[in-house]
Amino acid sequence: MIATLGLAALWLAAALAALQLLGGFLALRSPENPLAMAVRPIAVVQGGLVAVAMICLVVVFCQTDLSVLLVAMNSHSAKPLLYKFAGAWGNHEGSMLLWVTIMAMAGGFVALVERRLPEPTILATLAAQAFVSLGFYAFLLFASNPFTRLDPVPVEGQGLNPLLQDPGLAFHPPTLYIGYVGLSIAFSFAVGALLTRAVSPTFARAMRPWVLGAWIFLTLGITFGSYWAYYELGWGGWWFWDPVENASLMPWLAATALLHSVSVLAARNALRAWTVMLGVVAFSMSMVGTFLVRSGILISVHAFAVDPTRGQFILALLAINIGAALTIFALRAATVTEGERFALTSREGALVFNNVMLTGALGIVLIGTLYPLVAETMGAQVSVGPPYFNPATAIFVLPMLVVLAIGPLLRWRRDSMGRIGKLLLAPLALGVVALGLFALQPIHLLPLLGLGLAAALVVATLIPLWGRNLRTLKLPTWGMVMAHFGVALALAGMASDSAFTSEKLVAANVGDKVELGPWSITFDRVEPVPGPNWTALEATLHASYAGGEPIELKPQARAFWSPPQPTTESALATRWNGQLYTVLGEQAEDGRWQLRLWWKPFVTLIWLGGMLVALGGFLALLGRVASDLRRLVAIDKIAYRRTRQGR
Amino acid sequence: MTAATPQATARWHLWLPLVLFGAFVVLLLYGLLRPADRDIKSAMIGKPLPQFALRPAAEGLPGLSFADMADGKPKLLNIFASWCVPCAAEAPQLAQLRASGVEVVGVAIRDKPDDLKRFLTRNGNPYSRIGADDASAIQFEIGSSGVPESFVIDGKGIIRYQHIGDIRADQVATIVTKVREAGQ
Repeated sequence: MIATLGLAALWLAAALAALQLLGGFLALRSPENPLAMAVRPIAVVQGGLVAVAMICLVVVFCQTDLSVLLVAMNSHSAKPLLYKFAGAWGNHEGSMLLWVTIMAMAGGFVALVERRLPEPTILATLAAQAFVSLGFYAFLLFASNPFTRLDPVPVEGQGLNPLLQDPGLAFHPPTLYIGYVGLSIAFSFAVGALLTRAVSPTFARAMRPWVLGAWIFLTLGITFGSYWAYYELGWGGWWFWDPVENASLMPWLAATALLHSVSVLAARNALRAWTVMLGVVAFSMSMVGTFLVRSGILISVHAFAVDPTRGQFILALLAINIGAALTIFALRAATVTEGERFALTSREGALVFNNVMLTGALGIVLIGTLYPLVAETMGAQVSVGPPYFNPATAIFVLPMLVVLAIGPLLRWRRDSMGRIGKLLLAPLALGVVALGLFALQPIHLLPLLGLGLAAALVVATLIPLWGRNLRTLKLPTWGMVMAHFGVALALAGMASDSAFTSEKLVAANVGDKVELGPWSITFDRVEPVPGPNWTALEATLHASYAGGEPIELKPQARAFWSPPQPTTESALATRWNGQLYTVLGEQAEDGRWQLRLWWKPFVTLIWLGGMLVALGGFLALLGRVASDLRRLVAIDKIAYRRTRQGR
Repeated sequence: MTAATPQATARWHLWLPLVLFGAFVVLLLYGLLRPADRDIKSAMIGKPLPQFALRPAAEGLPGLSFADMADGKPKLLNIFASWCVPCAAEAPQLAQLRASGVEVVGVAIRDKPDDLKRFLTRNGNPYSRIGADDASAIQFEIGSSGVPESFVIDGKGIIRYQHIGDIRADQVATIVTKVREAGQ
């Protein structure tokens, strides 16, 4: 019953999307067309209907309605409620439904609130949004229907992949999806503005909150994802350059570039065609990411829902959407003038440098991710890993971070290094001292450079606050400073992790004591522990830092029974200056247990930095939305007065 | 970025993104439609086995050393363990290989003689020799990461083919061909 309702809502929403596309298209010719006038309400209702479909899917998962094929394939009545709930999007069909839900609700929201841009531009934007959505509706309804029924109804479901049975799953994919799909709004704005020749600072200001919002969620999603992989996979690493990780990194890089170029467009009416191009590229990267994950075209630890026909469908959508957008770009970009000029040493100059470097890094990641495929066309099998990615991205990222120290201090249009040189003395000195200090230790070049740069950046990113009245400072400026400071912290964490981590793999008897860096760890016991849908062997360790009070750690080796699969649950001891990471391995023949132990100084700064970056984005968004609201209220007041005077 | 010119003639470089994107789509399409060969090939193929000598793992059967693998006859080197469930599932296929004239030798990973004896009694013994690899040392050296795995070794001790996972009934013929090829 609920499944049928969901399917019906989904079909209706798809029909409305078709109507929305038609209306928006007609509006390009005649804005007075009745269907054109209906585009905004249609977009809102469409958003509501998909939300109903998504809620229906969540409900059938929570009820474990096994007459729905998807539930039977991916759920189990013994699963904890949180994972039943999150299981709704822990599979291909459900996650695609989540995708269109976010997409249609975002479109509905634009239709509801966006009043700044000329009406034809908004209608064209909504038409573009409907065009993209329609493809995904077709994909859902014809090739991956989440509401397909099963007859006869099975007695029990097949369960959810144990690696995904983690609180992280409940939040990680939806967060990333809001980011991915939020970029579709930037894409539609870009297409709408191209179609109606309305690339302007107003357009940039209308698009900016969406880019910012999507970017915040991508940042959070990547940060969570990295931490999840870190503690769940039990390898002690936090980034593996896995194709699926890269799939989330590429849209983030493009969105970061877009975020900066959209600021230039909003403030200075420059970089016009480039910003539009980035709007298209950012969402392309989202779709490429989805394609890489779903098609199984590249081998990945995340490999889920591998199916070539789905891959073909997504590739067709990618080709149609992005191909159409790039064709429009080619036809129309010549009419978009490049806008205001600026000197090399200026805020704009620094932001262009940021854009070039981010695009370079994006290119490096894209090439590295696809290279195995290219090599295969030439008959070679290769895998590309950290030895390529780390130095190649560093070539672009390290210079960019140097400019990150300088850019925010520069004035728009034209400035001189002489003016700001004095301000940079302190961070420069700090960086050099740090570099000198750490160079004495046996550290590789990249972590060493990272440590020096991080030391300089931690101070340099705060300089924009110097001499300003902190009480009147605008929220977006606070946000910028906080995000840049977060980048500095994350860099410090990454560099510290690769420079100072100590690792030990031991075979220990119960009662043994292991020394690792400043830690002394005693291995007390191993006991079986029952869980809701697993049983585990749990070790009890007592770790004491530099002779202090011992901390209890309980790493587990879990065996899930639906479906049967072993996983490791690492146990972490977090201090202000780093994390102790412990994993219980197998028991050897002689009764000794394998223990893997890492001491990772300041590794937590990576995720703390990531959170600060996202929080900075949030502050900026809050500031922008607040000033937009004030403007809207002012406009409404004027309009109200005019109508009263008119009477 | 060039300076803006007022005339709105189509400029060729604006089509560049579309062309690049086209090439990108073609590459992805190729990736999708290529034959689905997802075996990770061992970097060890074409290389000789390392020098090794393993003690006998089971009563009544000799152990295994490099010299045994380079005696001029091609063999199937099967990496297995009595505690490994897919290894038991693979046993009928190994028996079938043995019956078609393939000499099968085993490397038992972290196993005990008693367990192994029980395993061979229950599942049959296709092996002419079994070496005991107590620390997975040889296993890792020849580029195997799990059990079961099988390698076709030619008469000179050179690895010719790697099969990851248990050998299924429909894969027996391939293995037989590979062993015959290695013998030529």
